Amino acid sequence: MTSAPSALAVRGLTKCFDRPAVDALDLTVRVGEFYALLGPNGAGKTTTLRMVAGLLKPDAGSVSILGIDALQDPVGAKQIMAWVSDEPMIYDKLTPLEYLEFVAGLWGVDPRQSETTARDLLVSLGLEQHLNERCEGFSKGMRQKVALAGALVHDPRLIILDEPLTGLDALSARHVKGLLQERVRNGCTVIMTTHILEVAERMADRIGVIAAGKLIAEGTLAELRQQNGRNDTSLEDMFIALVDTEAAAA
Amino acid sequence: MSSAAHLTWFARHEFRLAWREWLAMMTGGRRRRNRAVIGILIFAAALHLPAYAVVGRFADMQFPLDPSSLIVLSATIFLSWALLLSQAIESVTRVFYARADLDLIMSSPVQLTSIFSVRIAAIALTVTGMGLLFSAPFIDVLAYLGGPRWLAGFGLVVALGLSAAAVAITVTVWLFRLIGPSRTRLVAQIVSAIIGAGFVIALQIVAVLSYGTLSRFAVLTSDTAARIAPDPDSLVWWLARAVLGNLNLMLLLVAAALVLLGVVMAVFAPRFADTVVSVAANPAVAARGRARAFRAGSRPQALRWKEFLLLRRDPWLLSQSLMQMLYLVPPALMLWRSFSDSSTAIVLITPVMVMAAGQLAGGLAWLTISGEDAADLVATAPLPPSRVIRAKIEVVLIAIAVIFAPMIIALAFASPLQAVVTAVAVMVVTASAAAIQLWFRAQARRSQFRRRQTSSRIATFAEAFCSIGWAATAALALIIPIAAAVSGILTLMLLAAAWKISPRRD
Repeated sequence: MTSAPSALAVRGLTKCFDRPAVDALDLTVRVGEFYALLGPNGAGKTTTLRMVAGLLKPDAGSVSILGIDALQDPVGAKQIMAWVSDEPMIYDKLTPLEYLEFVAGLWGVDPRQSETTARDLLVSLGLEQHLNERCEGFSKGMRQKVALAGALVHDPRLIILDEPLTGLDALSARHVKGLLQERVRNGCTVIMTTHILEVAERMADRIGVIAAGKLIAEGTLAELRQQNGRNDTSLEDMFIALVDTEAAAA
Repeated sequence: MSSAAHLTWFARHEFRLAWREWLAMMTGGRRRRNRAVIGILIFAAALHLPAYAVVGRFADMQFPLDPSSLIVLSATIFLSWALLLSQAIESVTRVFYARADLDLIMSSPVQLTSIFSVRIAAIALTVTGMGLLFSAPFIDVLAYLGGPRWLAGFGLVVALGLSAAAVAITVTVWLFRLIGPSRTRLVAQIVSAIIGAGFVIALQIVAVLSYGTLSRFAVLTSDTAARIAPDPDSLVWWLARAVLGNLNLMLLLVAAALVLLGVVMAVFAPRFADTVVSVAANPAVAARGRARAFRAGSRPQALRWKEFLLLRRDPWLLSQSLMQMLYLVPPALMLWRSFSDSSTAIVLITPVMVMAAGQLAGGLAWLTISGEDAADLVATAPLPPSRVIRAKIEVVLIAIAVIFAPMIIALAFASPLQAVVTAVAVMVVTASAAAIQLWFRAQARRSQFRRRQTSSRIATFAEAFCSIGWAATAALALIIPIAAAVSGILTLMLLAAAWKISPRRD
C-alpha cells in the first residue's frame, strides 16, 4: 500500500546568506493539517517558507508539495499553493474585486466561478462596503484581508502564511482564523508562522519550533509538553525554554 | 531650549536631511559617501570643459549689447529661473507629502510658524544651492576668461533661486486652496514639468510656425524680436546687465529676492500648518471602480490587463512618463507645416520621435518590469518567469505603438520612406530600452519611479546613449546611409557592453 503524499516534505533544505539562515532542515506537514511554525526573530522561518513558495532558491535540499517536486516543476507546485506575506503587497490602484480578478486570472480560474468566490470571500472578511473602492486608502488590516482573499480565491490545497494576523484588530483576526479553520476542515493544509503563541496553541494541530535554521522541536501541544517533562506548562513557557536551551547550546 | 536655539537646531536638522536626501539621490542609496563626494567633485570639475565649449566665446561680452544678444542672454536667464522654479515646486510638494516627518513635527510642542519658516528657508537654500552647483562651471569659465566681473553671476543665481522658491511656495499653497490636497500633487508635478520644458517648447513652436525650423534661437535672434525689444536701459534687461557685471543691479536683485522670500515666509508659514493639517484631514478620496463581471482570458492577458489598468489609474506616473511627449509637440507642428511646403527640415522629426520613444519606453519598462508592487504574488503565480516578463514587455510595445503610430502614419503621407525608417527606429529603440531595463532590473515600488535613475547609473546612461545612438542612426539613414551603418554598429556595441556589465539574469 502506498501512503498519500505529504502536503509539504522538505529535506535537507539549506540557505546561506552571510551565515546559514536555514541549515539542512527536514520538515513534513501532513495533508489537512494546521501547522504552526514558531521561532525567535531571525530563526529562519520566513526564509524557509519563501523557499517553499518559490520566492527564494535554496542552496541545497528538496521541496515536495503534495508529491510535486517544487524545484523541478515550480509551475505545477505553485498552481496548488498560495502565499501570504506579513507585509500585504497589493495594488493601491485596484479595487479588492479587481485584485481578486487579477489573481484568479493568473491562476487560470474560470471567471464565472472566481467572481462568486471573490465576492463571498470579501464579504466573509467584512469588506462588503469596500468591494469597488480602490485599496489606496485601506488600513493595514484591510489590506491584509484583501491579500488573504487573494490567496484563497483560487482554492489552493496548501496555504502558507507568514504572520497573517499582524495588524489585524480582534474582530478581523477572528474572521481570518475562522476562514482558515474552515479551509482546514475542507481538507486544505495551512502552514503559518506567528509570534502570537496563543493562536498557535489554540489553532494548530502540530507545532514546529525553529531556531538558527534548525527544527528543534515538533509535535502536538501535548507531545511538546511531554517532551518538556511538564504537563501544565504553557506554550509560551515551553517556547522560551526551548529557545533558551538552544541558544545556550550554541 | 530657547526659541532661537530651537530654530537653529531645527535648521541644522533640515539641512542634514536635505544633504542626506541629495546624497542618496546621487549614490542610489548606497553608503559610499566619500566616493560619492569625490565623484561629484570630479563630475563638477569635468563640467568645466563643456561649459568652456558653450560659453567660452562669450567671455568678452560687455554691456551695452545689441538687442539680439540681450534677448538671447535674458531668455537663457529666464530659462534657468524656470528650471529652478520647476525644481522648487517639486520640493515644496514633497514637503507637503512627507507625512511621517510632518506628523512628528505637528505633534511637537514648538511654534509651527517658526518651524515652517525654517522649512521654507531650507527649500529656498536647497534650490539656490542646486542652481549654484550647476551654474558654477559656466560662471567660472566666464570669470577666468573675461575677468572677475562675471562673478556677479553667482549673485544673480542666488536671486533667481530665492525668487523661484518664493514663487513655488505661492503657487503650491494656491493650488492647495484651489483644487484641494488630493489633486495638488499631480497638478503641481505637471505644472513643474510644463514650466521646466514649456519655455523651450514655446520658443520652438514659434520657430516652427514662423521660420519652419526647430531652432529656438531663430525666434530670439530674429529681426522682429530685435525690432520690438525695449531700450537697453529698460528694466527688462536688468537680469542681463547684472550677470554682465553690474554689481549694483546684482545686489538690488538679491535684496529684492530676499524681500520677496521674507514676505512669502511671513504670509505662508502660518498657512503651511493649516495646509498640512488639511492634507492630514483629507486622505485620498476613496476612488470607486465600476462593478462589472470578471473577464475571461489567459494568464498573460490578466497580467497585461493589470499593467494597463495600473498605468491608466495612476495619472501621476502617467504624467511623469508622458511628459517626454511634450517635446513631440514642436516636431508634430513641423510635420503639419510640411504638408503645405516641401521643407527638408522635416527630417528632424525622425530623431526627435526616436529619442522620445526611447525615453518613454525606458520609463514604461521600469514601471512594468521593476515597479511591481505585488512582486511576491506574481512570483508565486503558476506561470514561468519568462512568460511574466514577455507579457510585461508586450505592454511597453503596445503602449509605444499606440502613442507613436498616429504620428508615423501622418509622416507616411509626407514621406513614406522616412515613415518606414522612423517606425523601424522606434521599434528598435523601444526594444533596446526594454532590454536594458530587463538586464538591470531591481525590484522596487512604483512610487519610487522618480528615483528610478539612481538604482543603476549604468542603466540610465546606457538607456540615454542608446536613445541618442538610434536617433542619430535613423536621421543618418535618411541623409547619409553609410554613416547610419557606422552609427548603428556603434549603438549595438554600446548595447552589448551594457549587457556584458549587467547583473546577469536567469
